[in-house]
Amino acid sequence: MATEQPMQTPATAPGDTRIHNIGYRSYDGPRLGRSYARLSLYSQSLRGSYGLGRSVKSKVLPMLLFVVMCVPAAIMVAVAVATKAKDLPVDYTRYAIIMQAVISLYVASQAPTSVSRDLRFKTVPLYFSRPIETADYVRAKFAALASALFILTAAPLLVLYVGALLAKLDFSDQTKGFAQGLVSVALLSLLFAGIGLVIASVTPRRGFGIAAVIAVLTISYGAVSTLQAIAETQSSGDAIAWIGLFSPITLIDGVQSAFLGASSAFPGGVGPSNGEGVVYVLFSLGLIAASYGLLVRRYKKVGM
Amino acid sequence: MYDPTVARLTYRALLGRRRALILGALPLLLIAISLAVRALAGADDQTAADVLGGLALATMVPIIGVIAGTGAIGPEIDDGSVVYLLSKPIKRPTIIYTKLIVAIAVTMVFSAVPTLIAGFVLNGNGQQVAVAYTVAALVASIAYAALFLLLGTVSRHAVVFGLVYALVWEALFGSLVPGARTLSVQQWSLAVAQEVSGGELITSDVGLTTATILLAAVTVLATWYAGQKLRALTLAGEE
Repeated sequence: MATEQPMQTPATAPGDTRIHNIGYRSYDGPRLGRSYARLSLYSQSLRGSYGLGRSVKSKVLPMLLFVVMCVPAAIMVAVAVATKAKDLPVDYTRYAIIMQAVISLYVASQAPTSVSRDLRFKTVPLYFSRPIETADYVRAKFAALASALFILTAAPLLVLYVGALLAKLDFSDQTKGFAQGLVSVALLSLLFAGIGLVIASVTPRRGFGIAAVIAVLTISYGAVSTLQAIAETQSSGDAIAWIGLFSPITLIDGVQSAFLGASSAFPGGVGPSNGEGVVYVLFSLGLIAASYGLLVRRYKKVGM
Repeated sequence: MYDPTVARLTYRALLGRRRALILGALPLLLIAISLAVRALAGADDQTAADVLGGLALATMVPIIGVIAGTGAIGPEIDDGSVVYLLSKPIKRPTIIYTKLIVAIAVTMVFSAVPTLIAGFVLNGNGQQVAVAYTVAALVASIAYAALFLLLGTVSRHAVVFGLVYALVWEALFGSLVPGARTLSVQQWSLAVAQEVSGGELITSDVGLTTATILLAAVTVLATWYAGQKLRALTLAGEE
């Protein structure tokens, strides 16, 4: 044996190098591919926005905000049923406008948890080593946050609607109002999710992201309503509608008072006319598209 | 009690890179709005008081306070790099005190100075409105910075809780439940502003003596307790 060994080695060595099979099994199951990966990312992010599948501590805040969002609706319904009122105390479309502080806090707290940690721990490139692409990641995160917001804003409307039917209010009237409310909160969810994610994706620091999102949402609203109040006292009514374009919540208010039969929360109660309403719709859709574009651009850069 | 190195590091953490620009955006917006208001409505004392009270003192000062107060210590605890600071032979209360000074300074520069400018833009300091609100912003900066610095050492979700206090408690509850106003930094600082202006434009629900005592008590207690918290800090991993 010992004498044969050197004779064989030169014969086999050149051209016959190979990696030895050391017994790993190759994967022969189904390859679920890109759309499945995108769906998983979506569902995980959506669950994460309510703290499901995360620690108890991170469930507290989203669940608390969800409850705070629904309790006033339940109280209104209880009052309406008890007093046999002819109508709900608040319109479906008005509810989100009243509760805007809670919605803003939710976006501000959940948008950074959704994207900041991926940036901070530099896990973004790992996502793109899977068969998903930049646009898939952005779409999944965007859709997840928008869905979470839709759940947050539509749940109290559902409470109101069910309560209204139990109180035997007019069915067709209530259904119409409910449908209008759903359309408006769907638009609101997309808009707020887009703005929140764009701001949160810029900073890997969670705390800073939260403060930045809330600052943009509340300061723009504070600035716009101050300017509107002044425009009202100066009796320059046209300006009120145009100023409303510059903050997300007044944008939604304008859209729904122009097309969804809502009464405007603008000073003087005068919403935009139909012509201005078209500008409002275009502006909100443009903002959503712009935030999507900005996110894709941002992740093209950090995904390397 | 004051450690220049800790102060330098905190300044860098708060204002380094592009953060100063983002912090500066808010005051710039306030000044831009005051310019717009002046152009639209002309000089009017009531409007000036409304803009400064509603936008500057009620929204901008708390938000800057949250960013500066929690930002002075929160991120360090969050990513665990505070260990390197704590392992140095510096007293923990000294660290808190230094960080408090920095947070107060940053809040004052980014909130009180623009309030003064905006006040002069709005009505040229008529009826002392600009000066009164600037004093209020200065006083509020101290209390907010101390309060939010404490929050930063207590909770990992300091920013959210700080914002909930500033926006939900002070703005929402304060406008619905009169009792909540007694326990609000904003009203305490308004009491000081009322004293400075002496007119009827600025009113507060709290008397000046109560306000001063409460302001001092909150600041001192928050700073002391933050020092205690830092002495027994437990470092947790990412949740």
